[in-house]
Amino acid sequence: MPHLEVRNLSASYGDLKVLHGVDLSFEKGEVVALIGPSGSGKSTILRVLVGLTPCTGGEMILDGQAIQQGSAASVRAARDKMAIVFQQYNLFQNMDVMRNVTIAPIKIKGRSRAEAEADAQRILKRVGLAEKSHAYPDELSGGQQQRVAIARALALKPEVLLLDEVTSALDPELVNEVLDTIRDLAKDGMTMLIVSHEMAFVREVASKVVMMDKGKVVEVGTPAEIFDRPRSERAREFVGKILRH
Amino acid sequence: MEQILHQLPEFFSPTNVRILAQSMGVTIALTFFGCGLGFLFAFFIVFARQTPGHWALPLRAAAIFFVEIFRRIPFLVTGYLVLFFLSAIIRNPSLFVIALMAIFIYATAYTADIVRGGLESVPRTQIEAAQAMNFGRWRTLLHVIVPQSWPVILPPAMVFMVAFVKDTAVVSQLGVFELAFRGRELNNHGFSGVLVYSTIALLYFAMSYPLTRFGQWLEKRLATPRSQKSKRKLR
Amino acid sequence: MNYTFQFNVIFAHLPEFLQGAMMTLGLALAGFWGGAPFALLFAFARTSGPKWAKRLAGGYVIFITNTPVLIHIWFLFYGLGDLGILLGKYTAVIVALMAATSAYGCEIMRAGFLSVRRSEIEAAETLGFSRVQTVWYVIVPHIVKTVYPALANYFIVLTLSTSLAMIVGGEELLGTAFNVASENYRHLEAVILAAGIYVIITFIVSLSLALVGRWAFRVRAKIF
Repeated sequence: MPHLEVRNLSASYGDLKVLHGVDLSFEKGEVVALIGPSGSGKSTILRVLVGLTPCTGGEMILDGQAIQQGSAASVRAARDKMAIVFQQYNLFQNMDVMRNVTIAPIKIKGRSRAEAEADAQRILKRVGLAEKSHAYPDELSGGQQQRVAIARALALKPEVLLLDEVTSALDPELVNEVLDTIRDLAKDGMTMLIVSHEMAFVREVASKVVMMDKGKVVEVGTPAEIFDRPRSERAREFVGKILRH
Repeated sequence: MEQILHQLPEFFSPTNVRILAQSMGVTIALTFFGCGLGFLFAFFIVFARQTPGHWALPLRAAAIFFVEIFRRIPFLVTGYLVLFFLSAIIRNPSLFVIALMAIFIYATAYTADIVRGGLESVPRTQIEAAQAMNFGRWRTLLHVIVPQSWPVILPPAMVFMVAFVKDTAVVSQLGVFELAFRGRELNNHGFSGVLVYSTIALLYFAMSYPLTRFGQWLEKRLATPRSQKSKRKLR
Repeated sequence: MNYTFQFNVIFAHLPEFLQGAMMTLGLALAGFWGGAPFALLFAFARTSGPKWAKRLAGGYVIFITNTPVLIHIWFLFYGLGDLGILLGKYTAVIVALMAATSAYGCEIMRAGFLSVRRSEIEAAETLGFSRVQTVWYVIVPHIVKTVYPALANYFIVLTLSTSLAMIVGGEELLGTAFNVASENYRHLEAVILAAGIYVIITFIVSLSLALVGRWAFRVRAKIF
């Protein structure tokens, strides 16, 4: 049984339909990359999964449990197993790095402060920011903020980590520090669903690539299949455009 | 003019000075406690107004109604409403409490909009980050929204409170022994109106102006981002 | 609570209340339009006048905005009599409201003047606008846009302040309520009715000011 399974998912922002029956599934330990032109609905899938955007139809099953958006308990249970990192980091501006990383473990998951802080220190070290634990978000560079955001997500000990275009808002010279962190997580067997425009990176870390267009899945396959031997016309077009860059 | 100069020593007698000082204390206490309580309650009004769901419709309506109504009634009328209403239901209510309640109601209605603006100024993305981490509504408010809205809320709330130091003069009509009441009393005792009301005006000014400057200083300070503040410390 | 409301005896006096409401609006209009020219004058003085004028206008505004209108009214009504200047109650109230308008209005206008950016004026000049055209098509619309909502809001506040006239015996809305109540001792009901009328008139005023503003903005939109 797949760890996460999405069947026939649809969603809309007001009148605008952004997902038309998306199917998606993956196992534990997989790194799945969602690619496709902007506006194809990649980010919407992540937002629907964590209950930030309502879905209008379809099913989501995480670890054998259906995520029912109508039920607060079900959404809570799903959020308990997933963590999301946003394009704009969305760190809490009123808290220092340590507090950003520990607040949810302490207040939501009920861990002790000592335990949560030791854990946070370990995670911050891993993302290379051990010495920044008392800095505030507005004192950090974009790349550092994004790594804190990843640390904050990891501190929740998620089963699935959702990364929503985490390098898109960064200056080019800061992209690599964040990609290195994610590469490191992939090596450790973290299950991840990544929305990214960094094709070389996707090719390197993803075990599965899902190509989307206009709210639909166009093609699914290994990186080699998608990038070297795209089957559909739309995929060929998109890949061709990217590789020319 | 001669008459005024003649009255000066008697007007500034120790007794009068003491009475005026005491009444200034009453004015400050009324402003501080009335506005302070009103400010706190304004948060609850706004929370009520922002409660989602069909069941909360009456709650939202009541919150909007309260604010809209009391912002459209003169403060003096609010004072009389409280006075006559309390007199109708209990015997001999304390005038200080009546004045305090009137200020409380008025301050709640006026600061509620300030609070609402502040809470709504926090970016939606901050709230989404909290939601995705399973913060409930109250935790999101307490840990994320309220702390971040302080710099937006505090300066105008301060301006309101400072402005209210002088607006409290109106409660003299309810018979509270605050500064304006004592002024009217001294005038009735035969002291020159020019002398009395100039003095009273200056005393209000002495309370209000320093607070105005403090409010302006606070606004500037809060407008400085934290990163610049810490840099300043390093130098 | 064993109080029984008797609104019927108060409602019988509704025509008097409405007359009081007209007086309330009259006082507000007199205070507003009487004070407005001074507000404009002081705002010019504070932004582009000579140093002494800046100081004088600034000091005046700071003094008025940091002292109670009620004390101004008492000073004018009871105090000036000592100097042989006798003002009627309405005159005293209107002068006090004019003073308030001139000070608060000055601050509103000043904020409007300061909101005009040099770059916009320069842009107009490069487009070949004459001096008068620049003022009329660029500066005035910009100032109106920032100043109008603040002035509209101030007018509501001013309308509510007219109730202070009751303290010196004015027969505006609140004064009327007390007159009526002194005959039948239904003070609570009288004040509730007055409060309701205050809500209604300020609501009507807000609404009409918003409509006038929108209409005025549309006219401006046509110019461009």
